[in-house]
Amino acid sequence: GERGTGKTMTLCHVIHFCSRQGWLVLHIPDAHLWVKNCRELLQSSYNKERLDQPLQASAWLKNFKSSNERFLREIKTQKRYLWGKRESTEEGRPLGEVVEQGLARVRSASDAVGIVLKELRQQSQRGSLRLLVAVDGVNALWGRTTLRREDKSPVSPEELTLVYNLRKMMRNDWSGGAVVTTLSQTGSLFKPSSAYLPQELLGKEGFDALDPFVPILVPNYSPREFESCYGYYLERKWLQHENARTEDGKAELQFLSGSNPRQLDRLAGPL
Amino acid sequence: LRLIHTTTAVQRKNVGASGPEKYTEAFIKKQIEEFNLGKRHLANMMGEDPETFTQEDIDKAIAYLFPSGLFDKQARPMMKHPTEIFPEQRKIQWGEDGRPFHFLFYTGKQSYYSLMHETYEKLLNVQKYQDQLIAQDLPLQKEKRNLAGSRWLTKIELEEMLLEKLSDDDYSRFIQLVQKLMALPGSDIEEKYIQKFSREVPVQMQKVVIEPLQHDERGVAFSTGEGRRKTARATAVVYDNGTGKMTVNGKGILHYFPVLQDREQLLFPFQFLDRVGKHDTVCTVSGGGRSAQAGAIRLACAKALRSFVTEKEVEFMRQAGLLTVDPRVKERKKPGQEGARRKFTWKKR
Repeated sequence: GERGTGKTMTLCHVIHFCSRQGWLVLHIPDAHLWVKNCRELLQSSYNKERLDQPLQASAWLKNFKSSNERFLREIKTQKRYLWGKRESTEEGRPLGEVVEQGLARVRSASDAVGIVLKELRQQSQRGSLRLLVAVDGVNALWGRTTLRREDKSPVSPEELTLVYNLRKMMRNDWSGGAVVTTLSQTGSLFKPSSAYLPQELLGKEGFDALDPFVPILVPNYSPREFESCYGYYLERKWLQHENARTEDGKAELQFLSGSNPRQLDRLAGPL
Repeated sequence: LRLIHTTTAVQRKNVGASGPEKYTEAFIKKQIEEFNLGKRHLANMMGEDPETFTQEDIDKAIAYLFPSGLFDKQARPMMKHPTEIFPEQRKIQWGEDGRPFHFLFYTGKQSYYSLMHETYEKLLNVQKYQDQLIAQDLPLQKEKRNLAGSRWLTKIELEEMLLEKLSDDDYSRFIQLVQKLMALPGSDIEEKYIQKFSREVPVQMQKVVIEPLQHDERGVAFSTGEGRRKTARATAVVYDNGTGKMTVNGKGILHYFPVLQDREQLLFPFQFLDRVGKHDTVCTVSGGGRSAQAGAIRLACAKALRSFVTEKEVEFMRQAGLLTVDPRVKERKKPGQEGARRKFTWKKR
């Protein structure tokens, strides 16, 4: 959908619903943050060609830990992972340890993310837990990046560990969960501001990768939605201006915002 | 010391500056003949019929043959009848023996005083006529002439008519006299004389015609309006029975005007008439910048809405300034200054 029509909000609704139902939620707030303006890029220890992003990975691990604490104690690792010469995680240890290892050793945070994703994929395939992958701004995974290596050669998204692992999650090869994504133009790189269709934003590669794909268009407010939003603002006493409470005020707000939720929010803010 | 070699400039006697050159009658006649001949030649050159060659055709031909880029129209080449070019001048007022023709010559302002005398004579005539009517017990007719549509001659016009200079005092006295003459009830008989001294004032307020509503194929009433502001030109078509949507150049208003200020400008005509959600609009706009386009569309919508609305509301709109074209345009940059008003930095040394 277009800018400001409520795609991220709908995603949050879905996440809330699923977490209420008891699913494990893997939420990436904005995939564009992983492909732009990175300060540090390390060469990955696991795979020589790829590049790590310690900062973003650690931030995400922190969020993941705080949101899914009880799952982390329950889920056990399947394999033995070597972190360096001396540290390793044995089989059967709770996943929380992997996360903490990633937080403690910032250098290997991206690998920790990769491990977490792999484990969760395998476990949900077995059926022990239900997994929801919610990615906001999924078109970042297949576009270009603004990052460069030290020799000023551009980096393509496949060469970033985080992006590579995430793409594996998006493929159709596991079951027992759901993938809900949004396409966002606002953070996207090198795309015109009027593009909002999936094909334009994802590019051919991305479109093929997300193959069995149900597109949902999020339009501007319908008249009913607008009235309910307006009623909500009135109830919560957000609209303080006397004129805002009249019929004329309502018509004015509708015209000026063009029934766009973001514009309505910005208009109603100072009122 | 004797002056031996001198220049001619010194030898010329100090002659005082004479007034405007006097043209003799023969000179004027010769000019008229030359003008007519030239007119026929010009008609021949342009391939038109010399008999039916009007002054307009002459102007067009001259503009074609001598194109000029000068801004002042009166500085460009022109070919007009000599009476328009050479100002009227008084012929010599006295005969060969030195005796003046007019009896009031020695007053100095002979035509002015003769005019005053004539006007006073007419006044006396009217009074006599009035007395006659009263004597015969006939009703005095008083037809109201259209005072609002006419004005008296200005001082300059009167000077041109009399061919002599007047003072403000003289002019005011004359006007007072003519007004007194017109105020008298029986002045209908001197109507013709008075009309020589009054001019028609062109009607200022041209009655703006409000177009009636046109109907679409589906039966929806609509009307068009045009607006402009500062180089932007816009046309708006306002349909009835709508939901308040607006399309500009094929895009919605949110896309075309991301700034709130522009959208508020568009909202204003509808909000003023309390018809915010009732009309659909389709607009096309070109030229200008963001703000100018918004102002142009606002004017176009207001003009289109006139057909949907009563006359009183049209009057309200006019007073609110919704129907007036904004005359502000970019001011010209002057030489010697950096911008239109900004001067160069002043350095003391």
